[in-house]
Amino acid sequence: MSARVVDRDDVTAVATIRRGLALSPQLRDGLGVTLLLALVATAGRVVVPVAVQQTVDRGFGAPGGVDVGAVQAMALLAVVAVACTAASAYAMNVRLFRASEAGLAELRIRTFRHAHELSMLTQQAERRGSLVARVTSDVDTLSLFLQWAGVYLVVAAGQVLVATVVMAVYSWQLTLLVWVTFVPLLLLLRRMARLLRAAFLRVRQRLGALLAVVSESVVGAPVVRAYGVEARTARRIDEAVDAHRRAATRAQALVAGTFSGGEVVAGVATGAVVVAGVLLGVDGGISAGALVAFLFLVTLFVQPLQFATEILNEAQQAVAGWRRVMAVLDTSVDVPDPGPAGVDLPGGALEARFDGVSFAYPGGPDVLVDLHLDVPAGSRVAVVGETGSGKSTMVKLLTRMVDPTAGRVLVDGVDLREVRLASLRHRVLLVPQEGFLFDGSVVENARYGRPDATQDEVWDAALDLGLQDWVASLPAGLATSVGQRGESLSVGERQLVALLRARLADPDLLVLDEATSAVDPATEARLARALERLAAGRTTVTIAHRLSTAERADEVIVLDRGRLVQRGHHASLLEQDGVYARLHAAWVRRGGR
Amino acid sequence: MPVRLREGLAVLALGIRTEPWVFALAMVASVGFAAGTVWSAQVVGQVTAEVIEPAFRTGQVNRQALAVGAGLLVAVALLRAVSIAGRRFLAGVMQFRLQARDRRAVTRQYLRLPLRWHQRHPTGALLSNANADVEARWAPIAPLPMAVGTLMLLVLAAASMLRVDVVLGAVALAVLPMVVAVNVVYQRRLGPIAGRAQALRAEVSAFAYESFDGALVVKALGREDAETQRFARSTHALRDANVQVGRVRGLFDPVVEALPTLAVLGVLVAGTGRVAAGLVSAAEVVQVAYLFTIMSFPIRAIGWLLGEMPRSVVGSRRVQAVLDADESMPHGELRLAGRDPLLVEATGVDFGYEPGTPTLVDVALSLPRGRLVALVGATGSGKSTLVALLARLLDPDQGEVRHDGIPVTGLAHGEVPAATAVVPQQAFLFDDTVRDNVTLGRDVPDEQVWAALRRAHVADVVAALPAGLDTMVGERGATLSGGQRQRLALARALVRRPRFLLLDDATSAVDPDVERRIFDALRSSEHTTADAPTTLVVTHRPATMAGADEVLLLDGRTVAGRGRHADLLASSPRYAQIVRAYETVDDEAEVLVRGAL
Repeated sequence: MSARVVDRDDVTAVATIRRGLALSPQLRDGLGVTLLLALVATAGRVVVPVAVQQTVDRGFGAPGGVDVGAVQAMALLAVVAVACTAASAYAMNVRLFRASEAGLAELRIRTFRHAHELSMLTQQAERRGSLVARVTSDVDTLSLFLQWAGVYLVVAAGQVLVATVVMAVYSWQLTLLVWVTFVPLLLLLRRMARLLRAAFLRVRQRLGALLAVVSESVVGAPVVRAYGVEARTARRIDEAVDAHRRAATRAQALVAGTFSGGEVVAGVATGAVVVAGVLLGVDGGISAGALVAFLFLVTLFVQPLQFATEILNEAQQAVAGWRRVMAVLDTSVDVPDPGPAGVDLPGGALEARFDGVSFAYPGGPDVLVDLHLDVPAGSRVAVVGETGSGKSTMVKLLTRMVDPTAGRVLVDGVDLREVRLASLRHRVLLVPQEGFLFDGSVVENARYGRPDATQDEVWDAALDLGLQDWVASLPAGLATSVGQRGESLSVGERQLVALLRARLADPDLLVLDEATSAVDPATEARLARALERLAAGRTTVTIAHRLSTAERADEVIVLDRGRLVQRGHHASLLEQDGVYARLHAAWVRRGGR
Repeated sequence: MPVRLREGLAVLALGIRTEPWVFALAMVASVGFAAGTVWSAQVVGQVTAEVIEPAFRTGQVNRQALAVGAGLLVAVALLRAVSIAGRRFLAGVMQFRLQARDRRAVTRQYLRLPLRWHQRHPTGALLSNANADVEARWAPIAPLPMAVGTLMLLVLAAASMLRVDVVLGAVALAVLPMVVAVNVVYQRRLGPIAGRAQALRAEVSAFAYESFDGALVVKALGREDAETQRFARSTHALRDANVQVGRVRGLFDPVVEALPTLAVLGVLVAGTGRVAAGLVSAAEVVQVAYLFTIMSFPIRAIGWLLGEMPRSVVGSRRVQAVLDADESMPHGELRLAGRDPLLVEATGVDFGYEPGTPTLVDVALSLPRGRLVALVGATGSGKSTLVALLARLLDPDQGEVRHDGIPVTGLAHGEVPAATAVVPQQAFLFDDTVRDNVTLGRDVPDEQVWAALRRAHVADVVAALPAGLDTMVGERGATLSGGQRQRLALARALVRRPRFLLLDDATSAVDPDVERRIFDALRSSEHTTADAPTTLVVTHRPATMAGADEVLLLDGRTVAGRGRHADLLASSPRYAQIVRAYETVDDEAEVLVRGAL
């Protein structure tokens, strides 16, 4: 049921490129004109061969002796041509860059947006950093590839085309001869491409292994020292370094061999052209100048083909990166937004209801079974239970982070699946266990709850939660920077900011997954008070990890192995001989009292 | 000479000094390439003069000359091909050998330098030093042989062209300084712009990383649109920077292309004049033109080399900083005797991570042999630091730590790790089998491994794994929950039968009942009490504190109390306060949190 981001290895490069172009139409923006400009730009490459031909035929070989004037006139024309092709090349470059960068930027943004839209389960199934890589390094690889190799590829293709045209004008027979001589090279390249692909893959794999073992000497530094295994680690690193070096060297041998194969073929082609050209020429089939020009034109063939093998590795990486980016866009959203067709929740404290709700994680057993539960508007409910009782699942369902596999979750009588997501997030707030903060000031993080809040409003919220003393104790008050992930603050203080954020968001249904890390007593007291004040005037559902939370709730919901087994006020539940009493006793016992 | 260029050349010089033989061979290949290039132009000139011209003039083909000419063309192509292949291959060999050397040297440093040094350097930077920075440092080696070969080619070609005809040669060569200059200016202009694009890429990456880290909060608050808008801003800035790169390239690339063409045109015009004046033959003009044409591509290698230099210099500085680091922990010659549990003492220990901000002040303690001592303190009170000092992962700024009465600084290298086992808070698993993670490569029979796994209460988990002890764990292996990883790390400590065992909140993700059984087993009849290691446990579970032989309270940067749990509760209000705070937390929920999510 839960969507996962799936990387398909079986899709061909061509299919990927086609799909990629379809997804990013800006890449094709004005492509026709750009290609035309590219053609004109590459025409600059044949200026020299044509000029040589003209010089030999009309200059040296002029009937009345060497005609300097003709050559000078031709040279002038050629200079103009060079200037035009240079201007064309500039325009082509700029257009290519603009189109590709615009297209890639939009692709990045779309992927980013979609990644955030994915359900919580899909997001959490991804390894940390994996999603980031798809909107950053994968797109960067593609961008850098297009910038350096991509442009040159276009030019190289144009070069071969233009050279062929000019050759054909001079002598179709020799043109055919040249192409025929180059066919073996093309075949060789096809075969080599496969070998190169495998070789480069091996290099990447060995590099991955190398990085993993190097990290042992860094991330695992304390363990390595504590257990005195420096020598063993050094040995493993040496082996990995060497394995990588060998793989890279082998790949390099393949590249070098392939590259020089082109040189040999060029030599053979040149020789063949001379032989055939002379034999043709004496029969008047080709002029001397044209034959000499052919010698120059052959050189235009070799470079593009050699270049293709050069960049094969990078091309593969770029295409693979493109595929990975599109894999995100292809992942479906488990928890779809009904959008404008959806209902907006009314204001005021909300009541919630679980109507025969069951939930199972994909491929797993039921974590919640047939839950029927009413949470009256404005009440404070604490949810308790042992490991695996289904508490956190309940909370995820209540805030529509997941959808039930059976039954309905209703808020104010409306099935959550029918509520417009924007409205839902406005009215129902989940405060997760980990107080996650963004790198910025306290007030910036608080404003995440309500972006248009003024400084005064933030301060009022702090006052409301009783946090004014704490804020005053900070080095720069509300402007204090919290650091990356809030690391400048203690764990407890991060929770305080999260609660401040929640206060500004002002939800009508607050769902809290209580933090459990040990905090110092002063912050503990502040947290308790802030929570107390935050709960006032709204419906609050809390997964309780503190005895005090259960004691102060209007009602305690007890879950056991996915079922609701007890409910009621703390005191009355204690008198019953059930799960709650057991839990409570364990709490007390562990407290060491 | 600008500093960057000088430093860049110094890096190249270092590379050449380190791998002189490979470089020399690459140079031989380069010579072949240079000579072959010049020679191929000469052959073309020859063929034009002796075969093509006469044939077109007289209408008769000199078959022998034709065959020889064609043969020479192929031969010279073969020479060039072999030279180029050799040069490229050797360039790669040199680059990879230099990289490998650096990687080994840098990681050796990582293993050698004390933990104190590691703590001053962010993990990400160190990983980058060993990889990306090493690669950047030696990146110019790849085009180096070609660049040097090109210089040789330039010299040979200049000589050849001038020998053919001084005027023609001069016309052609006049362009060369311009070509080099344009390349240099291009790299100079491109440098900062490409650098800005690189910086923006890092910015986009940092934003995305933070955004996805906090994806749940973004989702909970419905801030997807706002986040996307902010992301779009950075992305568009990056896009614009990239387009700037394109503009600079668009400007310079055509110029770099055009210059050789213009030079050839000049040669043709001047050449025609000289031919008309009978000073030079047509074939010689063709020769000079051809040579210049096939030279124009290799010249760009100089540009590539220069282009890689800035990155190389930056990488080199970073790598050298690691290689130059020279810190060490002093060692003596003394050895620890016997196999009894250690007596661990500390006197007057001061320690601070930064000068001026002390973490521990005047700490004194004594851990009796074979006892289980609990270390308690509020968050951030220095417990982990104290553990590191007692296990000699760090040395104190003042004061002394003693094992069995001997100051640890006087013990021989390896003595402390042999007798001590530390289990940190965050279990680190190697990319290895379960067995190797427990034995760390030592020759330990499987029964002992299983015994250690049983004492750590994780044997059943391992038995249930697909390949038992041979299952791969770690980053790319089987996924174990937090609590399972911790118990595996504990087994690693236990299998060595340590004389001193330190557990830094190492059972935080383990169920309290299991934890109690583990601690009981540590002192069970499996050992006699005399054999149980001296154990220091950092804990915040009141039950563990109550079960310890003694509790040490760390507060106000020093040992603020010691005694049995019940006694301390009565005598120290601070202790009572801390314990009370810990009591209100549901331990079991912690298990849920660390284990499941």
